[in-house]
Amino acid sequence: MPGSVIEVEGLRKEYRRLRGGRTLAVDGLDLSVPPGGVFGFLGPNGAGKTTSIRCLLGLVRPTAGRCRLLGAEVPGGLARVIQRVGSIVETPTLYPRFSGRLNLELLGRLHGIGRSTCTARLEQVGLGHRADDPVRTYSLGMRQRLGIAAALLKDPEVLILDEPANGLDPAGIKEVRDLLRKLGSEGRTVFVSSHQLSEIQQMCDQVAILSQGRYVAGGPVVEVLAHGRQQTMIVRLAELESGRSALVAAGLDAVRRDDHIRVNLPLTEAARVTEILARKGLYLSELRPEEISLEAVFLELTGSPPPEHAP
Amino acid sequence: MFFDLIRHNGLFAALTVIGLIQPFFLPLGASLLSGEAIAAEASAGTLRYLVVRPVGRARLIVAKYSAVVAELAAAIVWVMVVALIAGGFAFGYGSLPTLSGTTLGGGAATVRIVATAGYALVGMGALAAIGMFLSTVTDSGLGAAAATMAIAITSQILDGLPSLRAIHPYLITHRWFAFVDLFRSPVEWNGIVQGLILSGAYVAVFLGLALAVFSRKDVVS
Repeated sequence: MPGSVIEVEGLRKEYRRLRGGRTLAVDGLDLSVPPGGVFGFLGPNGAGKTTSIRCLLGLVRPTAGRCRLLGAEVPGGLARVIQRVGSIVETPTLYPRFSGRLNLELLGRLHGIGRSTCTARLEQVGLGHRADDPVRTYSLGMRQRLGIAAALLKDPEVLILDEPANGLDPAGIKEVRDLLRKLGSEGRTVFVSSHQLSEIQQMCDQVAILSQGRYVAGGPVVEVLAHGRQQTMIVRLAELESGRSALVAAGLDAVRRDDHIRVNLPLTEAARVTEILARKGLYLSELRPEEISLEAVFLELTGSPPPEHAP
Repeated sequence: MFFDLIRHNGLFAALTVIGLIQPFFLPLGASLLSGEAIAAEASAGTLRYLVVRPVGRARLIVAKYSAVVAELAAAIVWVMVVALIAGGFAFGYGSLPTLSGTTLGGGAATVRIVATAGYALVGMGALAAIGMFLSTVTDSGLGAAAATMAIAITSQILDGLPSLRAIHPYLITHRWFAFVDLFRSPVEWNGIVQGLILSGAYVAVFLGLALAVFSRKDVVS
């Protein structure tokens, strides 16, 4: 897609292990992140999220494929655009004996950024009251927030954040979420990886789901959710067992659950279900689409057995 | 090496001290500084911040190496200045007798003492280049430093074995003490020039290797 902030084509990364083995971390990933908004990069642990991000930032050299960041080829053209990109890769590393403020000011000095901006960033991530304590006394969540402050230091157009909510408490997660949403709505592109689905669901405009180093699904969050939503409906009635057998006899894929029947049909087929049941003298007390969370979609998409790799 | 001469002239203290720290203490400093240069950043997790800067990796290596050489220069200068002051207080200064029996005036002596410091720095720079290379292939700073130190010590041991005379000219430490020839009259340039060429070759090879490895290195720490 032209005008994409992040473009990944056929990215493949094999890590060579010391004793000759190879680990395939990313296996032909294609990705295109449009400018503006929050883009979620979702996948279970070990799906290749961090490796992909490392490739994007030029930390790791891809085995095959190419990455473009703000139109510049990575790693060759990275130096031209990296000033416009802020990033955190995994847990931010800071000097533990220095205060949060000093850590940030040292980083700021590299970019010619003054103290007032550092203070503003600390306030922005809610660290103002602890800014002068040494970082080693910070909780994991506070370090994470300081990392975000560092990533924001040069006022980047693009933020690439690897698991920014790691180790944050629920209040902290909400703060980070609100912060990222705000940054996204300001026209910045926020690319955020996570394995925490609820977080992505509430924060992102678009999402890409990764499994076993491959892209499995993506698009606007509402569409990804809708994709799952169409598939099943929940039917509730007094006589569960006779209802189920009637549906199965009619050739539908119906499964009885504790207090309802799950019918594997999109909601558009609701009329058929009611008709079948009504003919048997069974009347519904409830019929609704299965409420599907990104989590259900995610598990459905990533829970499949691993694809076979050619040796 | 100039031990017995210190009593006659404090200037010799500066030379003696180089002879004293050259075999072990200076290589130790060079090993630690260069071995830690990249690997310690990797193990501390700060390397990825360094690499995500708008500078090339080659420049990063060259800057790190320059910093190591500057620190070594500071160490050498510091040790020599302290030795000169202490030597002067204890024994006073005089004109510098050469190993050939002539004497050097104050100006000429100063030039040769400064040249000694420079020559020692070149030798250490070669060892530091090896350390830089080892530092790029491991994530353990101490490991790289220890390996570099081991190379310096092994080289000196091999240099002391007469039966290995054939390989002596290629050992990194072989010409480390050639600065003594600066205090002959006329100066015996042969060993010094060989030492400079040897050091230059080590720097070229190992800094080149460091650049090659580091520019392709995956930063996964």
